[in-house]
Amino acid sequence: MRTLPDVAALAPAYDVAVVGAGPAGMAAAIAAAAHGLSVLVADEAPAPGGQIYRAVTTTRVRRRSLLGADYWRGAPLAAAFAAAPVDTLPEASVWHLDDACVLGVSAQGASRLVTARHVILATGALERPFPVRGWTEPGVMTVGAAQILLKSSGLVATGRVVLAGTGPLLWLLASQYLASGAPPALILDTTPRANWRLAAPHLPAFLCSPYALKGLRLMARVRRRVPVISDVTGLGIDRDGAAQLVTYRHGDGRSGAAAADIVLLHQGVVPNVNLAGAAGCALEWNDTQACWQPQTDAWGMTSVAHIALAGDGAGILGAEAAAVRGKLAGLAAACALGAITPQTRDRLAARPRAALRRCGRGRAFLDALYRPAGSMRVAPPDAIACRCEEVTGADIRAAVRDLHVTGPNQMKAFLRCGMGPCQGRMCALTVAETIAEARGVSPAEVGTMRLRSPVKPLTLGELASLPRSEADTKAVLRG
Amino acid sequence: MFRRLPEADGPAVSFTLNGRPATGVDGDSVAAALLAMGERVCRTTAVSGAARGPFCLMGVCFECLVTIDRIGNRQACLVRLRAGMQVETGKGKREAGP
Amino acid sequence: MTPAGFDVAVIGGGLVGTAIGYGLVRRGLRVAILDEDDTAYRASRGNFALVWVQSKGLGMPRYAGWTQHSADIWASFAADLHARTGIDVAYSRPGGFTLALSEAELERRRAMLARLHAQPGMIPYPYEFVDRTRLEQVFPGLGPEVVGASYCPLDGHVNSLRLFRALHTGFAALGGCYLPGHKVETISGHSPGFSLATAGGPITADRIVLAAGIGNAQLGPMVGINAPVRPQRGQVIVTEKAAPFLTHPIVTLRQTDEGGIMIGDSLEEVGADTHTGLGVLATMAERAVRMFPALGRLNVVRTWAALRVMTPDGFPIYDQSVAAPGAFLCTCHSGVTLAAVHADELAAMIAGNGLPDTLAPFSGRRFDVPAAA
Repeated sequence: MRTLPDVAALAPAYDVAVVGAGPAGMAAAIAAAAHGLSVLVADEAPAPGGQIYRAVTTTRVRRRSLLGADYWRGAPLAAAFAAAPVDTLPEASVWHLDDACVLGVSAQGASRLVTARHVILATGALERPFPVRGWTEPGVMTVGAAQILLKSSGLVATGRVVLAGTGPLLWLLASQYLASGAPPALILDTTPRANWRLAAPHLPAFLCSPYALKGLRLMARVRRRVPVISDVTGLGIDRDGAAQLVTYRHGDGRSGAAAADIVLLHQGVVPNVNLAGAAGCALEWNDTQACWQPQTDAWGMTSVAHIALAGDGAGILGAEAAAVRGKLAGLAAACALGAITPQTRDRLAARPRAALRRCGRGRAFLDALYRPAGSMRVAPPDAIACRCEEVTGADIRAAVRDLHVTGPNQMKAFLRCGMGPCQGRMCALTVAETIAEARGVSPAEVGTMRLRSPVKPLTLGELASLPRSEADTKAVLRG
Repeated sequence: MFRRLPEADGPAVSFTLNGRPATGVDGDSVAAALLAMGERVCRTTAVSGAARGPFCLMGVCFECLVTIDRIGNRQACLVRLRAGMQVETGKGKREAGP
Repeated sequence: MTPAGFDVAVIGGGLVGTAIGYGLVRRGLRVAILDEDDTAYRASRGNFALVWVQSKGLGMPRYAGWTQHSADIWASFAADLHARTGIDVAYSRPGGFTLALSEAELERRRAMLARLHAQPGMIPYPYEFVDRTRLEQVFPGLGPEVVGASYCPLDGHVNSLRLFRALHTGFAALGGCYLPGHKVETISGHSPGFSLATAGGPITADRIVLAAGIGNAQLGPMVGINAPVRPQRGQVIVTEKAAPFLTHPIVTLRQTDEGGIMIGDSLEEVGADTHTGLGVLATMAERAVRMFPALGRLNVVRTWAALRVMTPDGFPIYDQSVAAPGAFLCTCHSGVTLAAVHADELAAMIAGNGLPDTLAPFSGRRFDVPAAA
């Protein structure tokens, strides 16, 4: 791996450009480079790892029991990546991609366009929005955020720490906090009670999976030390001096409240689709995981030629699967660019495909058990749905009721939800699901916001520095 | 609000926050350094003036926008803390004028 | 309200259709607006939000007068919308500038405005040229290449997305029936009145108004009106919200009441393609930074492309069918500037005795004979 200092050091063109240096991106880059292709990997972080293996090459938190064996599984992959003949551009954002495989890349305050023959998007996942009243208050963060602070800076939250939500990551962080000597004060578990029944048919397969034993042990360990309130069906956060008051409602109608210095929210992760969507890749609604994902084939190829998706950005399967999907995408790139024959590709893909099947075991159980309640995926009237433009659930419902808005694009025009700097990452799902609920139809019918570059901000000065043709100039300079 | 595990301590990095001397640890993002100092508010919004703090720490929520070395609205969670940085919390709409 | 017989069915739920629809319900008519679905081409979601006079009408003085009139009644239109909907569309009329980045640009501008005002039948309006020294007093932070500008006190701007919402809100509040998912497929005579086959089912109305933007090219001939409109792409850049610093709109650059800086005004003939193009955006960005260097530090948060609805001569079409009386067609690329006159006079004409002779210059019949090359 050759680490580039800035965009000036980029080659004008690469065989393969990989966006994201998490497990999928690293594995894709290794696989493509192994067949002689020139590879660029651009990533926002200072060091490879993505979110799941964040800072795996740099963290000072080296007690293996603390971050856990699954985290350290990223170390050999990062080491292989470091040894691979690829260019990496850290602390960079890829703000543009189009169907000609032109990437707009920005780092250290400068932007440049790079052309690739083939692009692999390994943009990973982000935490599903959790639009409850008060989720914008300072001191309310995501579970993932707390974990990133732990991995990259060795920081743990202190005082009364309340975790609220559902999903494996919530339990993992609780256990990591226990191991750090900072047990959370309370866990408010929003896993819908009905999910256990829906997940039950998938239980036998789950029990054969690698997740089962360690997951159950981990939950048991947490439950021994941390009070857990289950079947939480409603949640709200109010500022109370320098702290927060978390109020909650049970499935049986009872309610309660807990004071908190830090509230950490989580209800699963969803694909980060903004760059794929802006490149024109067709998105589809995954009702099992209640999220949009790019349409992909068995090699990760999207609806746009030479643009592939690898890892959780193509649908949530987890870190181990992400690395395997990265390898498959790398092989597919090598084949698409003529570096290997389809026969070689298929032969080399046999073992990864078997591994992928193994990783998939138990997924159906997890998807069913941790599918967040519909009521937690829509914005209640008193909660902000779009954090950037401060649009509430009430605003969205009123626009559906009074103005007969059917989808998020008209909603965006009317209320500005999705127009802020986060480009809908924090609200697109909420807006679509809230409209769907108000209309009584599925999110698939409602559709999603149109995505365009720049998917990350760049300065006007950077945009002004980009190349243009005579026709481009003529389109602006008129008589 | 956040404390650093003893093993995670490292070389100190000096910077300023709103003109006052401040210290983080090498390897911190600006957002992590602010949280470690107990600063949970990093800006007020451009729409209503509400206080916001870091939320996702992974570059997707755009809540941790601060001014770094006189450049406004930078994502504190994506910028590595460096010695001598001048960090200012954001106040509503950033200045555009000369 | 169930879709049944309406006094008027307006085809198209953009700014043009809703301004007319709003004007019609304000006159007590039972009106339906038939719209496409959420992903329709929608110039109204992509426009630049100027209420602009200074350069309009070269080649058709009547258009200059029509535009000027709309701008003149815009303040009362905005006040009426505010009173009825509670939505402030942030209309202001501080006068607008067109900045020149070279003497050659300034000269071209001078010649164009001189030709515009020399036209027979032109109703004159005030404008002047402002030199750099005076410009510096208006615009702190002006870039060194700016040599001068034309200025017209009649120009203003508005929050066009809020205008769009206010028109829909006012229309709904006055009992109008907005029907999304009702793309019109065919129009047939229904004596008296019209039958519309739509994606959402049949609709009948005594009168119809075709305000379907680019769709008017197909719909117009169904009622015998020629509307040879084509899409013309325009791209827009918007920055993050900034503290107020631009006190006047510039034809290619304005600060919204919410703080974002909008940069626009490209023209491309690329058909119905709403992709953005980096080269054009870069050119726009570069000109903006040359006008105001400090803008270079702002973050771009969004860019988009939208389709202007363009006629061969660039002027609107207002027409009524001879073959199918009661069918009207309205199309233009200045749906913001003209919203006031659409909601007022035009709606009154449609509700009343039809289009008067004064609007004859806007008839689509002007395109029946091929223009000389």
